[in-house]
Amino acid sequence: MKKALMPLVMVVLLALVPYVAVQFAGLDFLFGVIVPYVAIVVFIGGFVYRVVDWARSPVPFRIPTTCGQEKSLDWIKQNRLESPSNFWQAAARVLSEVFFFRSLFRNTRAELHNGPKLAYGSSKWLWLAGLAFHWSMLVIVLRHYRFFIAKVPGFVQLMENVDGFLDVTLPALYLTDVVIVAAVTFLVVRRFQDAKVRLISLPADYFPLFMIFAIAVVGIFMRYITKVDVMSVKDLMINLVHFNLTLPEGIGALFYVHLFLVCVLAMYFPFSKLVHMGGIFMSPTRNLSNNSREKRHVNPWNPDIKIRTYAEYEDEFREKMKKANLPVEKK
Amino acid sequence: MPKFAPKLSELKKEFEEKPSLLKGDYPDKELFDTPVEFRDGNWCYPAKPEIVEDLGFANPRKWAPTDDDWKLPDGWEKTIKDGMKDRLERFRSFKLFLDTCVRCGACADKCHFFLGTGDPKNMPVARAELIRSVYRNDFPLAEKILKGFSGARKLTPEVIKEWHMYFHQCTECRRCSVFCPFGIDTAEITMMGRELLHLIGVNNNWILGPVSNCNRTGNHLGIEPHTFVQNVESLAEDIEDLTGVAIEPTFNRKGAEVLFITPSGDVFADPGVYTMMGYLLLFEHIGLDYTISTYASEGGNFGFFTSNEMAKKLNAKMYHEAKRLGVKWILGGECGHMWRVVHQYMDTMNGPADFLEQPVSPVTGTKFSNAASTKMVHIAEFTADLIKHGKLKLDPKRNNHLKTTFHDSCNIARGMGMLEEPRYILNNVCNTFHEMPENTIREQTFCCGSGSGINTEEYMDIRLRGGFPRANAVRHVKETHDVDSLVTICAIDRATLPALMNYWNPGVSVYGLHELVGNALVMEGENKRTEDLREDPMAGFEDEEDDED
Repeated sequence: MKKALMPLVMVVLLALVPYVAVQFAGLDFLFGVIVPYVAIVVFIGGFVYRVVDWARSPVPFRIPTTCGQEKSLDWIKQNRLESPSNFWQAAARVLSEVFFFRSLFRNTRAELHNGPKLAYGSSKWLWLAGLAFHWSMLVIVLRHYRFFIAKVPGFVQLMENVDGFLDVTLPALYLTDVVIVAAVTFLVVRRFQDAKVRLISLPADYFPLFMIFAIAVVGIFMRYITKVDVMSVKDLMINLVHFNLTLPEGIGALFYVHLFLVCVLAMYFPFSKLVHMGGIFMSPTRNLSNNSREKRHVNPWNPDIKIRTYAEYEDEFREKMKKANLPVEKK
Repeated sequence: MPKFAPKLSELKKEFEEKPSLLKGDYPDKELFDTPVEFRDGNWCYPAKPEIVEDLGFANPRKWAPTDDDWKLPDGWEKTIKDGMKDRLERFRSFKLFLDTCVRCGACADKCHFFLGTGDPKNMPVARAELIRSVYRNDFPLAEKILKGFSGARKLTPEVIKEWHMYFHQCTECRRCSVFCPFGIDTAEITMMGRELLHLIGVNNNWILGPVSNCNRTGNHLGIEPHTFVQNVESLAEDIEDLTGVAIEPTFNRKGAEVLFITPSGDVFADPGVYTMMGYLLLFEHIGLDYTISTYASEGGNFGFFTSNEMAKKLNAKMYHEAKRLGVKWILGGECGHMWRVVHQYMDTMNGPADFLEQPVSPVTGTKFSNAASTKMVHIAEFTADLIKHGKLKLDPKRNNHLKTTFHDSCNIARGMGMLEEPRYILNNVCNTFHEMPENTIREQTFCCGSGSGINTEEYMDIRLRGGFPRANAVRHVKETHDVDSLVTICAIDRATLPALMNYWNPGVSVYGLHELVGNALVMEGENKRTEDLREDPMAGFEDEEDDED
């Protein structure tokens, strides 16, 4: 619990800062203009830095983890996805990880019974919650595109219609709002409940979960309960996009809490485990094809190593080799 | 009972009664607050100073993990940190795998050492955190400001002791990486960890001894050329006694079509020698033009368990010898880590092998296009192709006295992807093959518990625990199908699984795949067979009248 307390306090404090600053100190400009610009620069700059930093380290060896039959004899069926033998198959493998969390889908849960006896049960809850969380997050982020552009594009409108098809509240309840809160709750509860995961969890694991939870809850609050002035918010965002530094009136402090938490998360993103978003594309055990016997993989720093040559070997053992009737190079 | 093994009754009691993270009991202490404890059976003897010196590794000295002071060299902290920085720049895998873990816990209960010991630091994620915690303390950016926040800690001798213990309780089997949503491979972390430990002289004699032998004599066991020849010849004599077929393998012969390389365990160690007899029978059966080298007389590569440079040095002999002998291509025997190196590293390290030709089976004409560049074919691919083309005269009834199951070796399954060929062969040479449960085979196979150079006697306690998940799966087929024969395609399996079976599943014997091939091969001009290669009686061949021959 101690490990979750610090991040919890941090998120509460981070939420209070803009509320107090805007409500009581009138620092709208700082939180509405300056912080978002800083955040976007740090986010993009930091993320690019991390990806470039990874890319600077070479991949010396071709080390895919093969999770299926390799390409070998013609009559043996290759598993193209789990043991890809060319670029496109490997790309499909990576995309199946990105979009469907394929490896996580394999998850099992080991149980130790008396005997002693091990049993492995199917365990797909982490996969389901993880997938629900990431997909709803993506839809929510894309839905927010409407705030940044004057004419709402068709795909955003379509997404909103589908997401809000239940049409049970006013404005229509977005399914993704419900799903993301439920999924994040599950992921937090799981960190407490599963002893193994609880032990390995760091404050740095709870922090982003609490942040995302807070951002979602404040957003939901604004949309369904306090009904924030959406047009002012949209004006602000369009202004920011066009580097027009004027602040529309009457947005309300709650919005600044939402915006500030998003900005902090964006700035935190490149310097934390959240970079897994970029890392998943670069993982050498997943994105390389398993064709290292067919095509030579080059290591840019392949070291020169002095080996013990056959000649040295024969020099040491020549007499013994001759006695054993082994052919030798030097008589 | 081996000296360093726990009493079976006590270990069973421990499994059942002792609270364990595996059973959901939260430990009293946080991950890094538990000190390591070296006791009988959980550490390997350190390398002899003369071996360390001879191989050019650092800090040769007499020491033991049970000592308080490990006599680390002056400035060892800097050596480790510089070594880490250097490896972060050379291996994207290392950097990426330190950075991208989200601690989702999917890997936690996938490791055979965690399942067998319940030790929290054997969860793959925790094993990696042993290094990550130091990496965060000294390397990346914002984490420095928020120390306790992201689990950073200082590099101390205690950390080194922890690394030594837990990077030898990882067999680099890659099972965790199958389940990781980012493909994080603990084998990569462990390899880097071991390379770093070698920089300050923290090592294992069971690994460096064979490395030194292999460098000098050509093989891990240190067999000199004349003895190597004698031993293979004595196996050929055994074959003649048993079958009446005379086999005369050649050694270091120039101009042979194929160079055959297999782990030296197949030449010297029981039960590997029976697998060797199987190869010899097979080659005789098809009239293969092959030779065996006494210089490149080792398929395995314990250098792979120390550093990539040492792996390259030992592996280089294969191409060096193939070139000298002027063979067309190389055929490799049954071995796990040998094939990890040959499949994923050899061509990169020591290629291009442009002095060899793309392998073609001289019997079937099959072109092995999947080995077009490396020019080395796995014996199971080779034999499967022979069987498919009907080139072998096989009598699977000759293995009716065995009820078999098949153990995928980690490296073959997860570092190569060869899953079907051995099964195809096994189904053609015996009538009684039963698979173990699906979560314990193929890409999800469990390690024997002794891979990556820890198959030494004094480490038996850990080995028997680490091998427990494998043994447990074998027990399942033993109970449901009376399985009594565990078939493998790995020399380390053949060396270590017998002890594991004796401990957990007495009555189960360990076989090499090509031993069963050798049993089933009907040789031209052979004597009437009543015994298998181990001189055990075959079922249904005892009675004179039943045999029409």
